[in-house]
Amino acid sequence: MTDLIELDHVSRTFRVPGGTITAVDQVSLAIGEGEAMCIVGESGCGKTTTGRMLAGVLRPSSGSLRYEGQDVWRKKGKDLSAFRRAVQLVHQDPYASLNPTRTVFQTLAAPIYRHKKAKGTRDATNRVRHLLDVVGLTPPDDFLVKYPHQLSGGQRQRVAIARALTVDPRLIVADEAVSMVDVSIRISLLNLLLGLRSEMGVSIVLITHDLAVARYFAREGRIGVMYLGRVVELAPSEALVSDPAHPYSAALIAAIPEADPRITRTKGRVELKTAEVPSLLALPSGCSFHPRCPLAEPGLCDVRVPELLSLPGETAREVACHVAIRERRPAAELLA
Amino acid sequence: MTPILAVRDLSIDYRTRRGAVHAVRDVSFDIEKGETVAIIGESGSGKTTLAISLIGLSPRSATITKGQLLYTNERETVDLRTLPGDELRQFRWRECAMVFQSALNSFNPVISVWEQFADTGRAHRMTDTKAVHARAEELLELVRLDPNRVLRSYPHELSGGTKQRVLIALSLLLKPQLIILDEPTTALDILTQRSIIDLLGQLKKALGFSMIFISHDLSIAAELADRMITMYAGTVVERASVTDLFYRPRHPYSLGLLRAVPRVSGVIGSLASIPGSPPDLIRLPPGCTYAARCPLAIAACSDREPDLVPVDTPRHDARCIRWQTVAEQVGSADVAVAEKIGSA
Amino acid sequence: MTAVAIPRRGDALPAPVEAALDFLRLLSRRPSGLIGFIGIVFFLLLAFVAPIFVLAQENPSVTEIYQTPSLTHLLGTDNSGRDVLNLIVQGGKEILSVAILTSGITTLIAITLGSLAATLGGRFDAVLVALADVVLTLPQLIVLIVISALARPTNFVALAIVLSVLGWAGLMRQIRAQVLTLKERDYVEAARSLDLGLFHIIFREILPNMRSYIVIHFVQGMTGAIYAQVALIVLGLVPFTGNNWAKMLYLATTQGAFYFRDAFWFVLSPILAIILLQLSLVLFVNALEDIFNPRLRSS
Repeated sequence: MTDLIELDHVSRTFRVPGGTITAVDQVSLAIGEGEAMCIVGESGCGKTTTGRMLAGVLRPSSGSLRYEGQDVWRKKGKDLSAFRRAVQLVHQDPYASLNPTRTVFQTLAAPIYRHKKAKGTRDATNRVRHLLDVVGLTPPDDFLVKYPHQLSGGQRQRVAIARALTVDPRLIVADEAVSMVDVSIRISLLNLLLGLRSEMGVSIVLITHDLAVARYFAREGRIGVMYLGRVVELAPSEALVSDPAHPYSAALIAAIPEADPRITRTKGRVELKTAEVPSLLALPSGCSFHPRCPLAEPGLCDVRVPELLSLPGETAREVACHVAIRERRPAAELLA
Repeated sequence: MTPILAVRDLSIDYRTRRGAVHAVRDVSFDIEKGETVAIIGESGSGKTTLAISLIGLSPRSATITKGQLLYTNERETVDLRTLPGDELRQFRWRECAMVFQSALNSFNPVISVWEQFADTGRAHRMTDTKAVHARAEELLELVRLDPNRVLRSYPHELSGGTKQRVLIALSLLLKPQLIILDEPTTALDILTQRSIIDLLGQLKKALGFSMIFISHDLSIAAELADRMITMYAGTVVERASVTDLFYRPRHPYSLGLLRAVPRVSGVIGSLASIPGSPPDLIRLPPGCTYAARCPLAIAACSDREPDLVPVDTPRHDARCIRWQTVAEQVGSADVAVAEKIGSA
Repeated sequence: MTAVAIPRRGDALPAPVEAALDFLRLLSRRPSGLIGFIGIVFFLLLAFVAPIFVLAQENPSVTEIYQTPSLTHLLGTDNSGRDVLNLIVQGGKEILSVAILTSGITTLIAITLGSLAATLGGRFDAVLVALADVVLTLPQLIVLIVISALARPTNFVALAIVLSVLGWAGLMRQIRAQVLTLKERDYVEAARSLDLGLFHIIFREILPNMRSYIVIHFVQGMTGAIYAQVALIVLGLVPFTGNNWAKMLYLATTQGAFYFRDAFWFVLSPILAIILLQLSLVLFVNALEDIFNPRLRSS
């Protein structure tokens, strides 16, 4: 798989009352063509900021975003427009992602007309109908004249996805796109996104806080776990879920409540040293997880920031943990 | 044993411009002393309308058209609907307290946490400030918070998880028999969710109160509930023990819900969404309200709405005329539905 | 999230009709707004339709000056024997035309400058904001008087332009603020990602979401324009006007009508007309604000 888009040592800082926070710190991530990837983490981990930088709507403070090998933020004019269209963002809130004063047809037709993807109204309408079919809003004619307030949350998300597809993107960044949708229809939206990948070769990056959703979505791809602005683990989904390499991933997986009484009431826990999450204004030295980490070793973990390195023997599994790398074993095994 | 709360045939309508929204229809269930019941439903299921009616906080636009809310303590049984305003206020928090969804909106942002406790105490005739303060400290320690720091703080200075703990402590102020929690872990991070769930489990064991959870999240039911109720389009579609509902559901909606939820452990299973959308609560379709989305629906399903009938396991009811078919699909083993019905 | 209403055949009327009906329904909940709306319709008819049927008086009888109300002259007569009621009917057209035109020009300037300032940002924005601030600090009436005296508007279009010179600044700042907020909405961000262009983003994405805002400010602009022109005319700074309510007041001051007790109705009628018109506009606009601001709406 050739790299389609790449974040290279990207950081992003924000000024907040109280100082400057580093929401994303030296993150490097490469997405291949036709890849389905998930970025997971708790609030404040920087996943949304990372996703927005990938989508090109937020500029990195340092580092570069490369699309097809070229630095995006150095592009101008036609090249920049081409990039903008190649990467689309689907937002979290279905109630805010569509213009309430425009019908579904108007919303979808605007980019079609603008980028001359159709000749005349009839051609445009057919193209809109086709897109509505692709996203499962059938029969399409029922939806053309609807306003957003006449649609359910799930339907609105489908329209948002159709809108992203109007410009034939190569990558869709879905920022918590299923989090505000009813549980019973999340799977169908995820399947829709996966379908875009298998049928149209579109790469999808899904940002979510729900590890179960991530596991389902990325089951043929990778999951990246973020903590306080850094990627702490990047691995194929099943490997990460069954045998997490980073102690934070292990703690998350052990902590997730599951929809199965027997499993969830007998799950082993990973006890963390403290429940307090450090403020982004005062990050701990070295590995930012060390104050809470059961495997932390003073003199090692509080001194140097661990790099994201492959576990020996498994190039696909990368982890940013001094102890795991040194012991050459995933944290899950070390904690057991 | 008389249940501490018995809800009988409760029906609630909302007035809107387009007509009456039948938000809750003929809901009946019992809660025993010390029991935890989870009420699971999605948007439009009526679960929140039901929850706030249990504590008498329905807005003016909502009318309870029929039914009873029978609370029983050592002394007496009262029907909440018959209590006049002042008695209702006293009843609230003493017999039954509620922890609302989104801790953000439950706090008065301009007063400190201590003042919040004092206000609540004063509203319920606890005039001895020293006693209230001592109790507040006791409760905050019970929820693993530092009373000195928290009592002095203002809501915006506290994290989501901390606020949730404070709300739980506040709900215990008058030692109620029953606590109702509306989406207690939604909008919280995984690790914070875990700590709240563990806390609720510990408190329940230590203090012995009954709990009702309202949620769309099946996993919190799996963690803490003794019994579960699934709601759809305003009515109860299945009532069972938690293991029965997860391993032996008998209503197609419960089954559909279980198959639509991805898991972290175990096999991925063949997950599927439930097609379609919930019905319009103003003009309900004749017959079973789930029929339009139900893979097992037959013609008879649209004739009349099924009654809640007992099924093949004890204390287990389902509102479905084809529950036996569901039983055949799902079987009776003590195994998760996902593992029984094919894998991806 | 609420349950989706499954649409049925025969349910939907064409969107504009549906919207108009909805609007009237909402308005009927605020009786004061309904009264204002009726008042506005009344004055529009009085000013623009009535003069078609009630022609201006040709030869007023000088013997009948300052007569008190009677059956032939319901509101009495003026200093030249003209029927006051007739004057009122004739006199609304100019006032309202100038008000509508002024508000239209001001709104147009404010929308263009406000949305451009908000979307382009940077130095362009800073310059426009500074300009608006300067205009806002000027004592409006005095500057208008000076400009009128220098420019000597010779028709009502010119008068409208003079009045617009200062009127755009407040609305421009508010529109800019609104656009800055709306600019951050997800659907606007999507429009940028889709490369839909500045024109589309301002006029198709952002401004349609400010429709009610713009209408409200338009009506408020009318009240401001009415005050301003009445002030200028009564002070005698607008020499061209044929006959309107403000001119009647001007004549009253210059012709000494205040000293004649019988001229009471001649003086009072235009004042009442202006006040009632303004009141109608204000009641209507207040109701609009309640209707369009969902947070103020009681459910």
